[in-house]
Amino acid sequence: MTAEFVIQLLAQGTQMFMVLLVAPLAVGVVRRVKALLMRRQGAPLLQGYRDLSKLLHKESVVADSASWLFRAAPSLIFALTWVAAALVPSFASGLMFNWAADVVALVALLGAARALLALAGMDVGTSFGGLGSSREMMIATLAEPAMMLIVLTLALAAGTTRLAGVADFFIAEPLAVRVSLALSLIALIIVALAENARIPVDNPTTHLELTMVHEAMILEYSGRHLALIEAASYLKLVLYLSLLICLFAPFGMAPATAGLGGWAIGLVAWVAKLLFGAALLGVWEVSIAKMRVFRLPNFVGVAFVFGFLAILLAFLSRGVVE
Amino acid sequence: MPDLFVQGAALGALVFAAALAAVVRGPALAIVYPIAAVAAVALGVVDLGVLLQGGVLTARLPIGLPMIGFHLRLDSLSAFFGIVINGGVLATSLYGMGLDRVKDLTPRVEPLFPLFAAAMNLVLLADDAYAFLFSWELMSLASWALVVARHTSIDSRRAGHLYLVMAAIGTMALIFAFGGLAGPSGGYAFDTIRAHAPGPMIAVLVLTAALVGCGSKGGLIPLHAWLPLAHPAAPSHVSALMSGVMTKVAIYGFMRIAFDLLGPPAWWWSLPPIILGVITAVLGLLYAVFDGDLKRVLAYSTVENVGVIFVALGLALAFRANHQDAAAAVAMAAALLHILNHSWFKSLLFLGAGAVLHATGRRDLAGLGGLIHRMPRTAVFFLIGALSISALPPLNGFVSEWLLFQSVLAAPAMPQTTLNFASPAIGAMLALAAALAAACFVRVYGIAFLGRPRSEEAAHAHEVPLIQQVAMGGLALLCILGGLFGAVIVAGLAPVLTALVGSGLPNSGAGPTPFSLIAFNAARSVYDAPVIALFVAIASLTTLAVVHRLSERRTRRGPAWDCGFPDPSPTTQYTASSFAQPLRRVYGAALFSARESVVMPPPGDTRPARFSVTLVDVVWATLYARPGRAVLRLSERLNALQFLSIRRYLVLMFAALVILLSIATVMT
Repeated sequence: MTAEFVIQLLAQGTQMFMVLLVAPLAVGVVRRVKALLMRRQGAPLLQGYRDLSKLLHKESVVADSASWLFRAAPSLIFALTWVAAALVPSFASGLMFNWAADVVALVALLGAARALLALAGMDVGTSFGGLGSSREMMIATLAEPAMMLIVLTLALAAGTTRLAGVADFFIAEPLAVRVSLALSLIALIIVALAENARIPVDNPTTHLELTMVHEAMILEYSGRHLALIEAASYLKLVLYLSLLICLFAPFGMAPATAGLGGWAIGLVAWVAKLLFGAALLGVWEVSIAKMRVFRLPNFVGVAFVFGFLAILLAFLSRGVVE
Repeated sequence: MPDLFVQGAALGALVFAAALAAVVRGPALAIVYPIAAVAAVALGVVDLGVLLQGGVLTARLPIGLPMIGFHLRLDSLSAFFGIVINGGVLATSLYGMGLDRVKDLTPRVEPLFPLFAAAMNLVLLADDAYAFLFSWELMSLASWALVVARHTSIDSRRAGHLYLVMAAIGTMALIFAFGGLAGPSGGYAFDTIRAHAPGPMIAVLVLTAALVGCGSKGGLIPLHAWLPLAHPAAPSHVSALMSGVMTKVAIYGFMRIAFDLLGPPAWWWSLPPIILGVITAVLGLLYAVFDGDLKRVLAYSTVENVGVIFVALGLALAFRANHQDAAAAVAMAAALLHILNHSWFKSLLFLGAGAVLHATGRRDLAGLGGLIHRMPRTAVFFLIGALSISALPPLNGFVSEWLLFQSVLAAPAMPQTTLNFASPAIGAMLALAAALAAACFVRVYGIAFLGRPRSEEAAHAHEVPLIQQVAMGGLALLCILGGLFGAVIVAGLAPVLTALVGSGLPNSGAGPTPFSLIAFNAARSVYDAPVIALFVAIASLTTLAVVHRLSERRTRRGPAWDCGFPDPSPTTQYTASSFAQPLRRVYGAALFSARESVVMPPPGDTRPARFSVTLVDVVWATLYARPGRAVLRLSERLNALQFLSIRRYLVLMFAALVILLSIATVMT
C-alpha cells in the first residue's frame, strides 16, 4: 500500500517536474522551426532555458506606482499555470491528483491566471498595460464560449468531464473517425492559438504598439518577475499541446493500471508528440500573418461555429433526433 | 415552536428599532444598527437550526383578512433564504455601525433600515397569499423610501418613480398568480393551494405571472430597467442589502410558486426562465461593461447573476419534470449555492463601493484610481469579491458556476429535442457571461483600485473605520471559505434539495477527500478546491523559495518604462471607457448601436480633437420609452375631455349609458 502510494506520488511529481523541464524546449523548437523556414540561423534549441536563467540573474526594476499586486502576481500566475499544466494527463492517464480538477476547473484555473495578469498589467497605470489587458479580456470572451462547446462535445462522447476519463475513453475506443471530433479538434486548435497569444491572434515576438496584446501587459516586468511570467507562458503552451495530445492523439499514453514500463513508454511518446506539435506550430506561424485585432472575432468565431456544429453532429450521430 | 417565538421576538425588535428611530434624532439614530445586528444573528441561528435539523414550524395569527388569518411557516426553503438574508443584514448592520454619527445618519434612512430587514424576513415566513403580498409590499415600500432618501437629487427621484411603477406592476402580476393558484374556491392559504394543484392552462398563467412579478423585483431583463437606477441611488449599505439580498427574496417568491405551490412541473415550464435567464446574464454584463459608474456596474452585475440563477432554476425544473433526480439536484444545488454566494460577494462589493464613495466622494470610475495604495485593506477585500464574482477558483463564485456547467452538460440526456439543442447554446452563453464577468471586474478593479489616481479626491482617499473593515473582511472570508468548502455547504443544503427536487446531491461526500464536490458520481466529475488550493499554495511557495535562492534578489524602484514614452500625467492611463473599447467594438455595434466619432480640428487649429461614444439602450428605447411616449400622446389627446362644457359632459354620460345598455341587451 505504502510502496504503491510512494510510486503514485512520484509519478505525479514526475509529471509536475516534466512539464516544467520540457516547456522551454518546446518553445525553443517553435522558434527554431520558424527560423529554419525563414532561412535564418536562429537561436539554439536551448535558448528558452538561457533566457530564463538570464532573467533570473538580473535585478528587478519595479515602477514607482506599482503596488504589492504587481510583485505578487508573477509567482501566483506561475503557480496557477503550473498546477493546471500538471493536471492535464501527459504520459499517464491515472495520475494521483488528476481527479482534483476536471476540464471545466482547468479552464477556470487558467482564467484565474489570466485575470491576475490583466490586473497586474493595469497596476502601474500606463497606457500600454491597459491596452494589453483590455484586449486580452476581450479575446477571452471570444475563446471561452468556444471552449465550453468543445467540453460539451467531449463530455457527450466520453460521459465524463475528467480529462483522464476522456483520455481513457479515447484510448479504449481507437481511431473511430468522427466528424464531430474532427470539428472539435479544429475548434480547440483555434482556441489554443488565441489563449497562447500565437500568430494570427497575437505575435509573441513583436513590440509594436498597435498589435501587442500579451507583451503589452507584461511590458513593465523585468528580472525574476519577468522570468516567472515567461515561464508561465511556456507552461501554458505545453498545457494546450498536452491537452490536444491527450484528447485527440492519446496513443502511447499509459492507462491507469500501467506500471513503470508503461509510464516510460508514455513519457517518451508524450515528449515526442509534444515536440512534433511544437514544430507544427512553427510551420503554422511562418505560413500565416498576424491579424488585425478587430478581425479576431471572425477568426475565433470560426472555433465557435465549428464547436457548435460538432455538438449538433454529435446529437445527430447519437440518434436523439429522429 | 419556541424557534418561531425567537423569530417573532427578533422581528419585533426590528420593528421596535424602526419605531424608536422614528422618534429620536441625531446621533441616537445609530441605535438601529446594533439592534439589527443582534436580531439578524438571532434570526439566522433559528434558520440554521431549522435547515440542519429539518422539520417545519407553523403558526397562525388572528390578524389579517377574516377567514384567512395570517399563516406563518418556516420550512427548509424559508430557512435557507433566511440565512442568506440575515447574513446580509448582519454585514450591512456592522457596516452601518461605522457610519459617521454626525454626518451620515438621517431620519430618512435609519428608521427604514430595520423595517426593510423585518419585511424581507416576513416574506419568507408568510404561508398564505395575503401575508405574502402584505410583507412583499412592505418590503417594496420600505426599499422605495430608502431609494428616495436623497430626494434632493433628480436621479434619486427618477429612480424612485420608475421603481414604484415597476413594483406596482410586479405586485399586480403576483396578485394574479395567487388568484390563479387559489382558484374559484378562494383557498388562499398555501396549504390549501398545495393540496389542489391547478390545471395546465392555469399553471401557464400562474407561471407567467410569477415570472413577471418576481422577475421584475429580481431584475430579469426586460423588467430590469429600474434596478440599475434604484439600487445605486440608496446609501451604499442599503444598496448592498437591495442588490445582495432583496433580489434573493424575489427568487424565493419564484421558487415558492414554481417548485412548491404549482405542483409537478411540465418540461416546457423550464423554457421561459432559461431563455430570459440567458438573455439577462449576457446583456446584464454587457450593460455593466459599458457603464462608467461604480455602483451602477455592480447593479447591472446583479442583473446578470439573477439571470444565471434563473437558468439554473429552469434547468432544475426541466430535469425534475423528466424525473432525472440527480441532474435536478445538481442544477438546484447550483442555484441555491449561487444565491448564497452572490449574497456574499455582491454585499461585499457594494460595501466596498460605499467605502470608496465615503473615502473619495466619487463613484464615477473616471475619477478613481490608485486606491490600493490609500485604502489597502478595502482593496484586498474588494479584490477577493471581484475575483469571486468572476467565478475564478478557488473562490466561491466558481463552485456554483462549476455545478451549473455540470448540469448544462447533463442536459443532452433529456428526452426533449428542444432542450437538447438548447443545451450547447445555454453552455456557450453562460461561458460568455463568465468571461464577460471577468472582463467587467478586471476593468472595475483595475481602473478604481490600480494605476494612478485620476482625481485629487482619489489621491487623498483614506481607509474606512475598523468596524466597516470587519464587515467587508467577514464577507471576504466567507467568499474564501465558501470556495474551499463548497462541498460541505452543498451537503448541508440536502434538506432543501430534497424538499424541492426530491433528492440531495448523489454521492455527496463519497469523493477522494471529504471536501470533494461531486456532480453525479466520482468517475464523472469532481472538483476538489482544497486540494487545488493546496497545490497552488505549495507551487507558489516552492517557486518563491527556489527563485529566492537562485535569482538576483535586488529590486530597484524606478519610473515606469511604458515602452520608452512614460507620461507623468494620470490622464494618459487607460480609462474605464477605453478599457471597454475592444468589447464595445465586438459586442456593442449590433446590440447597442455603439458609435464612435472623432472630431478633428483642421490643421493649424489648436483646439483638441474630441472623441465621443454613443450607446443606445435597446431594451429601454423599445420597451419603455416607446410605450411611455404612446401613453403620453394618448393622455394629451384625452386631456381635451377635461375642458368640456357641462352640456357635452351630459351628452357623453348619456351616450355611455345608451352604449352600455345596448351592449347589455345584446349580451343577454
